[in-house]
Amino acid sequence: MSRTTLDLWVGFFVAVGLGALLFLALKVGNLASSSSGETYAIKAKFDNIGGLKVRGAVKSAGVVVGRVTEISFDPEAYLAAVTIQVDARYKFPRDTFATINTSGLLGEQYIGFEVGGDTAMLKAGDTIKKTQSAVVLEKLISQFMFNKAAEDGGKK
Amino acid sequence: MRALRGLGQRANARIWRLGFASRFLLAVVLHSGTSLRRLDLTIREIYFAGVLSLIIILVSGLFVGMVLGLQGYDTLARYGSTEALGVLVSLSLVRELGPVVAALLFASRAGSAITAEIGMMKATEQLSAMEMMAVDPIARVVAPRFWGGVISMPLLAALFSAMGIFGGYLVGVQLIGVDEGSFWSQMQASVDFRQDILNGVIKSFVFGIIVSWVAVFEGYDAEPTAEGVSGATTRTVVTSSLAILAADFVLTAFMFTGT
Repeated sequence: MSRTTLDLWVGFFVAVGLGALLFLALKVGNLASSSSGETYAIKAKFDNIGGLKVRGAVKSAGVVVGRVTEISFDPEAYLAAVTIQVDARYKFPRDTFATINTSGLLGEQYIGFEVGGDTAMLKAGDTIKKTQSAVVLEKLISQFMFNKAAEDGGKK
Repeated sequence: MRALRGLGQRANARIWRLGFASRFLLAVVLHSGTSLRRLDLTIREIYFAGVLSLIIILVSGLFVGMVLGLQGYDTLARYGSTEALGVLVSLSLVRELGPVVAALLFASRAGSAITAEIGMMKATEQLSAMEMMAVDPIARVVAPRFWGGVISMPLLAALFSAMGIFGGYLVGVQLIGVDEGSFWSQMQASVDFRQDILNGVIKSFVFGIIVSWVAVFEGYDAEPTAEGVSGATTRTVVTSSLAILAADFVLTAFMFTGT
């Protein structure tokens, strides 16, 4: 069995094809960012998570520090239980305040960490005490309308 | 009455053919030991099916991506969210257009060639001659072509998607002026490796099996005349195109619902 130019071309083809796959995985997909280093899990309970999804970002000061890995319903407290994997490089105080924010007016939702002043840090398995639910646009609008109506009624 | 009888006869013939095709696929898989042991046979077929399809796949991928860039920008601009152009281009290519269009092109470029080649071998009685020499034509001729197609297809689909995303980048970022950073970062944020890319690869692998199966079967089953070979070539393109689109629907229903 001897080497031929055919082998060269097929080798080239396979290499280019695998290269394209690698490009898709690393540059287009999120394989590089999703499996980077160690993480620790913390929990947070929200009254309403709005449109938050699994794999949603967790940001502090606008920087991505973790990902949402699980969302479930707590049947005892009637709350949404969210599990977050936080990058092990970052530590947050125990009284960190978790809010659900929206990027842009209609963009996707993410969890924001507002750091408190506690000296003790959150450990793996801890639950964040202070949370703020997602803002539901319909509620805001109806609140505004009722206030407006009440104001108008008062003037008469 | 006669029309009804003809209909029943035709349906009967179809089912008979489908059964024969399934048995043929089984025979090809069982006889594929030779194409693994004599790798040069398979490599030759990868060259004919894959390498020679490179140009058409790359060029059409580029143009499909460029069109997606233009059309997507036009629609997204109405909602003021042109930064999502990267997401639109990459998701539609990786999930659907890459595997499907690459498979359709592959069926018409390589599938028809395989059918015509095997059909001509049959018409000129080369296959019978091999049997006379105690060489199994399924192991020597059919199986390498089948595996060549199956191996080439996912690679071609990945190249198509990558080229299309590059085309979308050229039009969206370089020509129209969408912000480059948000083009790539939003794409990376919403394309999942397992959910989107791996499922796309699985799709193209299934399409590769379908196209190669139809192509080798139609060639092997062709009537050994010039007309028979031309009819078989046409049937290869029609049948595999329809099968690809139908299989795509089924696979998409399995993969992307409920997420």
